Amino acid sequence: MHWRPGAGVEQLRARARLLRVLRAFFEARDILEVETPLLCASGVTDPAIEPLIVASGSALRAPRYLQSSPEYAMKRLLAAGSGAVYQIARAFRDGEVGRLHNPEFTLLEWYRPDFDHHQLMDEVAELVRHCLGERSRRNYPYRELFLDLLGLDPFTAADAQVEALARDHVEVGDLAGERDLWLDVLMSHVIEPQLADRGMVFVYDYPASQAALSRIVEVDDVQVGQRFELYVDGVELANGYCELGDEAQQRRRFVRDNQRRRAAGQVERPIDEYLLAALAHGLPACSGVALGVDRLLLLATGCADIRQVLAFDWART
Amino acid sequence: MANYSTNEFRSGLKVMLDGEPCSILDNEFVKPGKGQAFNRVKLRNLNTGRVWERTFKSGESLEGADVVDRTMEYLYTDGEFWYFMEPDTFEQHQADAKAVGDSHLWLKEQNTCEVTLYNGTPLAVTPPNFVELEIVETDPGVKGDTASGGSKPARLSTGAVVKVPLFLTQGEVIRVDTRTGEYQSRASKS
Repeated sequence: MHWRPGAGVEQLRARARLLRVLRAFFEARDILEVETPLLCASGVTDPAIEPLIVASGSALRAPRYLQSSPEYAMKRLLAAGSGAVYQIARAFRDGEVGRLHNPEFTLLEWYRPDFDHHQLMDEVAELVRHCLGERSRRNYPYRELFLDLLGLDPFTAADAQVEALARDHVEVGDLAGERDLWLDVLMSHVIEPQLADRGMVFVYDYPASQAALSRIVEVDDVQVGQRFELYVDGVELANGYCELGDEAQQRRRFVRDNQRRRAAGQVERPIDEYLLAALAHGLPACSGVALGVDRLLLLATGCADIRQVLAFDWART
Repeated sequence: MANYSTNEFRSGLKVMLDGEPCSILDNEFVKPGKGQAFNRVKLRNLNTGRVWERTFKSGESLEGADVVDRTMEYLYTDGEFWYFMEPDTFEQHQADAKAVGDSHLWLKEQNTCEVTLYNGTPLAVTPPNFVELEIVETDPGVKGDTASGGSKPARLSTGAVVKVPLFLTQGEVIRVDTRTGEYQSRASKS
């Protein structure tokens, strides 16, 4: 039996220190720490995220979903007038196991009323430097990143051209999918490895089809989602949005997610009506970001595998 | 055979890919932030020995390959085939030159080997890590020279040629590491 922890005492101490540093960072900015439920009646609709589900118990009328992020509950707090909030929470995603993934992990998530995603990127950069020390920083619109590193315009290139470029770079056999799948192949297999020696890289303004929960606006004649991702030393560390507050549009995105789930043979997910009611009431203009605490610790300690910074990873519990 | 999903891919698992039996060497889970999750998999094609890289959508599956490793006793060769026997059933298998490959240089009668069977037919033969073989041809020994560090080629009973220290002579039995083809020592007297 692997009864012993995967993390050494040094890593356990580093985690405790990091949590103190994070809390001090938010306290100094007068951002309120909150806690929200891990088990909710609805889960995420995003076809790329599969939840873990708690199915039985006398308190359960229906299965409850272990939250893949505390986002929906935190937006309900914002709509109720909480002001800026942060949370350090456990989050759960089925099937994600690897060097940088554990199905149960720790997320730092925070929301800033009146910030756009650029202001929030600045604050994320401050936090990362606060925790990891000085790092060079570069901001890349998604479009410019693809143009610079691949010579491909991800907004205007034909679908066939995107797929052909991905097939040139990566051995994918009979893999089939839509445009976003091929963009994801290029991002994860070709671009990400090239970010390893570039310090902090913020990628922002994603194709509207990858907007997730961000607002969509027109920039240079194309529709972009005001979403950003932060890579530090090539490790994807944080994902943020200038948050979508429009209830009707949010509902349409949930419904479309479920249509895509149905088409792909995945189980549809109940839509979070609490969140939609909160949006209908009014979400203050805000930006929010979720940052992987285990990965931050990985970078802080120089470890290569997330299992080295978790007391007990998935295989040990 | 059973199907295996990407999250069951482990080093050593045998699967069919493009009609070829393969052994999984490495399986890396990658996910670009919010998007599609992939598994980047390294596999060895067991027919050709070549290493393949292939990316799958997470959750896709491959058919298992009917590949098993068996410990067998090497019997003899008739020049075309090499014959092996399962020690408990006495069942015999004939392996062709493609399956035996360079391993024929280390096959000594009655030694035990690992024979990889694909659909019941030998696909590969792995000799023991160390074998003891007789020197059948080498330059005369330089008596007493155990320190100069020089070496000379020696032909062994199986046809293999290895570099040995100068003091060894024809008829002596030596221990060889089959993974590197390097001389280890004189064989221990039994």
